[in-house]
Amino acid sequence: MQDMSQMSTTEQFFYYMQENGLYVFSQFLDHFLISIYGVLLAALIGIPLGILISKYSKLSGVVITLANIIQTIPALALMAILMLVLGLGKTTVIVTVFFYSLLPIIKNTYVGIKNINKSITDAGRGMGMTKAQVLYMVELPLSLSVIITGIRIALVVAIGITAIGAFIGAGGLGDIIIRGTNATDGTAIIIAGALPTALMAILSDVLLGLIERKLDPVKRQQKRINQVI
Amino acid sequence: MLKIENLTKVYRGGKVAVDQLNLDINQGEFIAFIGTSGSGKTTALRMINRMVEPTSGKMTLNDKDITKMNPVTLRRSIGYVIQQIGLMPHMTIRDNITLVPHLLKWSKEKKDETARRLIELVNLPPSYLDYYPAQLSGGQQQRIGVLRALAANQDIILMDEPFGALDPITRDTLQDLIKDIQQRLNKTVIFVTHDMDEAIKLADRIAIMHEGKLIQFDTPDNILANPANDFVKEFIGSHRLIQQKPNIKTVDEVMIKPISITIEKSLDEAIRLMVEKRVDTLFVTDGDNRLQGYLDVESFTGARKTKKSVSECYEKDIFYVKTGSKLQDSVRRILKRNLKNIPVVDEEHRLVGLVTRANIVDIVYDTIWGEEEETVQNKKELMSE
Ligand SMILES: Nc1ncnc2c1ncn2[C@@H]1O[C@H](COP(=O)(O)OP(=O)(O)OP(=O)(O)O)[C@@H](O)[C@H]1O
Ligand SMILES: [Mg+2]
Repeated sequence: MQDMSQMSTTEQFFYYMQENGLYVFSQFLDHFLISIYGVLLAALIGIPLGILISKYSKLSGVVITLANIIQTIPALALMAILMLVLGLGKTTVIVTVFFYSLLPIIKNTYVGIKNINKSITDAGRGMGMTKAQVLYMVELPLSLSVIITGIRIALVVAIGITAIGAFIGAGGLGDIIIRGTNATDGTAIIIAGALPTALMAILSDVLLGLIERKLDPVKRQQKRINQVI
Repeated sequence: MLKIENLTKVYRGGKVAVDQLNLDINQGEFIAFIGTSGSGKTTALRMINRMVEPTSGKMTLNDKDITKMNPVTLRRSIGYVIQQIGLMPHMTIRDNITLVPHLLKWSKEKKDETARRLIELVNLPPSYLDYYPAQLSGGQQQRIGVLRALAANQDIILMDEPFGALDPITRDTLQDLIKDIQQRLNKTVIFVTHDMDEAIKLADRIAIMHEGKLIQFDTPDNILANPANDFVKEFIGSHRLIQQKPNIKTVDEVMIKPISITIEKSLDEAIRLMVEKRVDTLFVTDGDNRLQGYLDVESFTGARKTKKSVSECYEKDIFYVKTGSKLQDSVRRILKRNLKNIPVVDEEHRLVGLVTRANIVDIVYDTIWGEEEETVQNKKELMSE
C-alpha cells in the first residue's frame, strides 16, 4: 500500500476511485435505484390522486395541504419516524423518498390539468368523447410535460434524501461520504461520494428536462414549424 | 323532428338563462338564434346536445326523449361548432377534422379521404392537414372548427357563432357553403349569430331571444314585415324595415338576358360579339348552356397572339346566384365584392339571367320614387278629408 499522506487530495481521489471503482459504481446504482423506486411509487399514487382532485375540487385543498405538511418535516426526522415502524434499511428510505415526492407530483398533475383551456375539454366532450376519452386523449397529453416537471423536481430532491439514507444503513453514495467523515483525512473519500451524487442529480435533471420539452405540445409544434420553414 | 317544450335552464346561483322555450323544428330547416349577448342562445343550443342539462322542460328528437338518450352517443350524432372554436392543440388539423369519425372508429383511409375532401371546401390547401392549430390564423382555425362539425356527416348541426372571426369575404363564402351543404344534403342546422344580415340570408326561420325568452319565431320575411314588438323592431334595425317594404323581389324579376358564348368558339368570334353587343364581359357556357366562367377584356389583352380559343383564356372563378334568390342578397354581394354584375343560374347550373349594377340603380330609383308617390297619395287623401 502506498503512503496516502504523501498525495494531494486530487491524487488521493483518483487513487481511491482506481482502487474502489467497482464499489463506487455499485453504490451509485443502489443510490439511483432507491431514488427511482421512491419517485415511481409516488408517481403511481400521486398522478391518479392529482387527476382525482382536479375533478373534485373540494378534495384538492385537503390533499395539497397534507402533502405540504409532509414536505415541511425535515428529511432526517421523517426518516427517523418511519424507521420506528419499518426498521433500518432500504425500505425506509424508499418510503421517505415516496412521501417527499408526493407533493410535486400531485401538485403538478393537478395544475397541469387545471390549466388546460376549458374550451378544449369542452370541445372534446361536445364531439362525443366519454369522460375517460377526454382524460387520455386530451387532458393527459396536454398536461404530460407539466407532470414530468413534477417528477423531475421530485427526483432531484430524492437523490439528496437518499444520500442521508446511508445513516440508517440503506447504502448508496451516502455510505461513501460517511466513510470519508469517519476516516482521518478522508476529504478525498467524501468527494468520491459527493461528486457522483451531484452528477446524478444534474444528469437526471437535464435528461428529464429534455423529455419534458419533447412532450410539450407547444414546443413540439414550434420545432415542426422550423422544419417546415 | 326536433321538438322543444317549456325548456328552462336555471344556473346555480339562480340565473334564469333560458325561460320556457318552445320550438318545433322540421327536418331540413335552417334555424337561426339571434339575440343580445347573454340572452341564452348558447345555453339553449347546448341543451340540445346535452352539454347543459335542462332544469325543466321536454325535448324530443324524432319522438325520442333527448334527456333519456346516452349523451355520448347523442353528441356523436350531432355536429357541433363551439363558440370558442376549441381545436385540440396537440393534434394535427387532419386529426382535428376527423375527431368524431375517429371516435366512431372509421377506417384510416376513410378518415383521410374525408379530411382531404373537406379542407378543400374551405379554400385551404391540403398541406395544412399536417399543421397544428397554433400554426393557423384565427379565421383559418374557425374554418377547421366548422369542418369538424361536418366530418361525420351528421343530420343535425349546431353552430355557435361559427363565423365570428372571419373577414366579410371569407364569411360570405362560408355562409354560401354551409347553406349549400344544408340544402343539398337536407341537413337541419341550428345556428347562433349576432348578425341580422347573416340570419336573414341563411335562415328559413329566425328565433329572436331576449333575456332567456323567445320573442319571435318566424320566417325572415314575416319578421321583417311584422316585427312582434319594439324590441324586435329595434333589433332588426329600421334600415332593413324600409328595404323590405316594396314587395319582396327575387332576382328573376329584374334580371336581363346575358350575352354568352360557348366554350369552343374562337377568340375572334368572342371579340366580334363583344363589339356587336357593346359589352365588356361574355359569359362562357358549355353546350348545355351551363355556366363555366367568364371572359372579359382583361382576360385576353396581350394573350391574343398566343391563344386562339375561348377555352384557353376564360376565367373560371365566378360568383353567381341561384334563380329564386332574394334580390337583396344579390345586391349585397355585388356591392361587397365590388362586382360589375352577377349571373343567375338555375338548379342545373344553366345560365338564365344577369343582374347588373344598372339594374340595381333602377330598383333603388323605383323604391324611392315608389315611396314618394305613396306619401303624395297619402297627403292627397288627408287634404280631401
Ligand atoms: N355556467 C354558467 N353558470 C352560470 N351562469 C351562466 C353559465 N353560463 C351562462 N350563464 C349565464 O346565462 C346567461 C345566458 O348565457 P349564454 O351563454 O347562453 O348567452 P348567449 O346568448 O350565448 O350570449 P353571447 O351572445 O354573449 O354568447 C348569461 O347571463 C350568462 O351569464
Ligand atoms: Mg353564446
